[in-house]
Amino acid sequence: MPLLSVDRVSFKYGEQWVLRGIRFEVEKGDFLGVIGPNGSGKTTLLRVIDGILKPQEGEVRLEETEIGRLRREALARSVAVVPQYLALAFPFSVEEVVLMGRSPHLGRWRFEGEKDLRIAREAMMMTDTLGLAARDMGSLSGGECQRVLIARALAQEPRLILLDEPTAFLDIRHQADFFDRIRALNRERELTVIAVTHDINLAAHYCGRVILLKDGRIEAAGPVESVITEEHIRKAYETTVLVDRHPVTGSPRITLT
Amino acid sequence: MSRFFLFTSLFAVPAVALSVASRIEAGKAVTPMRVSRVCALLGVVFAAVAAIAAVTGPHRIDLIALLRQGLASDTSPEHTIVFSVRIPRILLAAVVGATLSTAGAVFQGLLRNPLADPYILGVSGGAAVGAVLGIIVGLDILPFGIPALAALGSFAAIVLVFGVAGRRGETPSGTLLLSGVIVNAFCTAAIMFLISTASGTRLHGIMFWLMGDLGLAETGQTSLGAAVLLAGFAVIYLHSRALNLLVIGEEQALQLGVDVEKTRRVLFFAASFITAAAVSLSGLIGFVGLLVPHLIRMIFGSDYRLLLPASCLFGATFLVAADTVARTVLAPSELPVGVITALFGAPFFIYLLKKTEAGRCRF
Repeated sequence: MPLLSVDRVSFKYGEQWVLRGIRFEVEKGDFLGVIGPNGSGKTTLLRVIDGILKPQEGEVRLEETEIGRLRREALARSVAVVPQYLALAFPFSVEEVVLMGRSPHLGRWRFEGEKDLRIAREAMMMTDTLGLAARDMGSLSGGECQRVLIARALAQEPRLILLDEPTAFLDIRHQADFFDRIRALNRERELTVIAVTHDINLAAHYCGRVILLKDGRIEAAGPVESVITEEHIRKAYETTVLVDRHPVTGSPRITLT
Repeated sequence: MSRFFLFTSLFAVPAVALSVASRIEAGKAVTPMRVSRVCALLGVVFAAVAAIAAVTGPHRIDLIALLRQGLASDTSPEHTIVFSVRIPRILLAAVVGATLSTAGAVFQGLLRNPLADPYILGVSGGAAVGAVLGIIVGLDILPFGIPALAALGSFAAIVLVFGVAGRRGETPSGTLLLSGVIVNAFCTAAIMFLISTASGTRLHGIMFWLMGDLGLAETGQTSLGAAVLLAGFAVIYLHSRALNLLVIGEEQALQLGVDVEKTRRVLFFAASFITAAAVSLSGLIGFVGLLVPHLIRMIFGSDYRLLLPASCLFGATFLVAADTVARTVLAPSELPVGVITALFGAPFFIYLLKKTEAGRCRF
């Protein structure tokens, strides 16, 4: 049984359809990329998968459960999101933010116990943030902040991790660092990943499968090589690009012409 | 004991305690152990300040003599002053200070706005219209007259603000903030109108109410306020971890498992309700609800599981100290306590802001 099934999902804001008949499945251990131009529905799709938006048609299932039936807490124990950035109204330390990832596992009255502290420490170890534990979040660089957000997501012990343009504000070195870490977690721990990104080359480099959205519909889906083609990109983005092969990995690579 | 010494210790005791705590507690994660340790410390500080306040005032109290006489005797003037005048007033100040500080911490988190205070959503404006109306009509002759009208006014304001801001079961923070500001502006205009029609003899009462007056302390009313605070605090504390997550944003709170709409609704109503109770008993005491949560946050961090009880205890301490100054410094006449909270609070707050680095303060 697939870990996640998106079954003929349509969603509209007011009268405006943003997603139409989206249908795909994600198996355990997949690394799926979602690409598409601005306004194609990428972020809306992510929010539907995360249950923040309720689709008017179709349903999203986590294994056999329709996610609308899950309580937020139960959903947060299975699905974690790494956002673009963290905007804190008041100061919190790195350790406090990572421990927030344990929240869905705790009852209302419970404080974090030994087990939660251990899990948070492991998550910080995996993301090289243990040395930052006592630092204030406001004092971190963009790259460090995103590593802390991965740690928080890992502390949730999710089965599925959603990346919402997580490297939008990072330079290329930190983009690569971020996705290297996610790929390592995906390979070594069979963590299932869905990444929404603007960066087609990044998706081509790291994802196993890609979905290309255009106007709320799936324009193309499948292995990277079959989706990222000159024709698909031209249709979806209305821009001409050159697609060749990455000289080292052989994955598709786009160049603006 | 000289009054100078008493005055100094009134502020030195909490300042020294917080200074020591800021060194020990900085940057540590919140555990039940730590919450109880900080609460115990702040509880002792409160007891000390309350005791100093009880023997401070225009009438000098010989503590030794009072204790020697024993607590049973109720004939001496000292005994009457301490137990019938000062202690009821200290208790009211404690309840009001604790309530405003708790509510301020909640509103700051819910609205994700460091400028938020308990009065930001119109509770104060509604209460003031009720109270001013009551004073003008002469309802102050009834035992619960003014507080009842003030409470009525603040409930009307709460209902109005949420009615204006609510849409399809949701109450977005931005709209809520705006409708609170608008209701407050409307109430201010109404108060101005009422004041301009009031006679000279009523004006003094109105002015004192608007700047906060703890001189009307009655044990019955104080106990009612304390009961409301206890119930409200219990409800709020149940959501303290959810409040932490709301501070990082509503969407991320959802993604971390918080039922955001329900939590926000419960917290808004609980915080507004306790504020209404406090305002009804004391008038508008400014600055406490804004300052105390920030001060506690600088020293103990932003985690609401510690921030809430610590703000509650320290808010009580702060207002008791401020009120003691207000009723003593120009004796036999009294200052409105709101004057003192801002006069002493603002410079201390500025000092702490300057001492704060990367969200933590050591002073």
